[in-house]
Amino acid sequence: MYCDITVQSAAFDLGAEELALRAHAGDAGALVAFQGMVRAHDEATPLAALFLEHYPGVTEAEIRRIAEQAAARWPLSACRVIHRVGALAPGEPIVLVIIAAGHRAGAFAAAEYLMDYLKTQAPFWKREDFVDGSSRWVEAKASDDAACGRWHD
Amino acid sequence: MSITLLYFGVLKDTLGCSTETLAWAGGTSATLLDVLRGRGEDWSQALAPGKVFRLVVNQQIVRGDVAIPDGAEVGILPPVTGG
Repeated sequence: MYCDITVQSAAFDLGAEELALRAHAGDAGALVAFQGMVRAHDEATPLAALFLEHYPGVTEAEIRRIAEQAAARWPLSACRVIHRVGALAPGEPIVLVIIAAGHRAGAFAAAEYLMDYLKTQAPFWKREDFVDGSSRWVEAKASDDAACGRWHD
Repeated sequence: MSITLLYFGVLKDTLGCSTETLAWAGGTSATLLDVLRGRGEDWSQALAPGKVFRLVVNQQIVRGDVAIPDGAEVGILPPVTGG
């Protein structure tokens, strides 16, 4: 499986990334792209920015490991993951997962699998910076752990 | 002999430290956590045995009690909240 993982502060272009991945997708019959956006959140105080931190080197290796696990479960031909770090404004794209696979079932499932693991296993930490100047590190959510737990056999 | 420690996310703020060099007489991850917990209330609470965090030794996520060699880079990771 072709696999390209990037952690970056810069914005990404979904169309350009999809086109680039298709060159590595072989005779895949399905391509699923998921793009996550920064929500403004339903807090009393609006969000000024979401700040993300990662562990350089370790984070990329962990995402690659997760992608390889996905490729062992479903026949995938290519995958592209981009996760942004640094300060991101509400509405900005934060994460991109593109999966090319023989059939759509595997492509959809692998994209969800990667997202569940990105939320619960990959070393990223989010801090909410509010417009009133206060900030708070986001705590791990039981609902994310539960979503990830469904993949255990 | 020394090791480099890296702290991430909420731990960085709680402990007021992002990276440090620690004199290291040798030992395991359990030894290291005992040393850090001995620094006071903030440290013993943040790194209490019941808290969920992961250790990364020389860029490898480790589980259980592992030896920490001289010169190692040790990352202390609170629960992740990515995606």
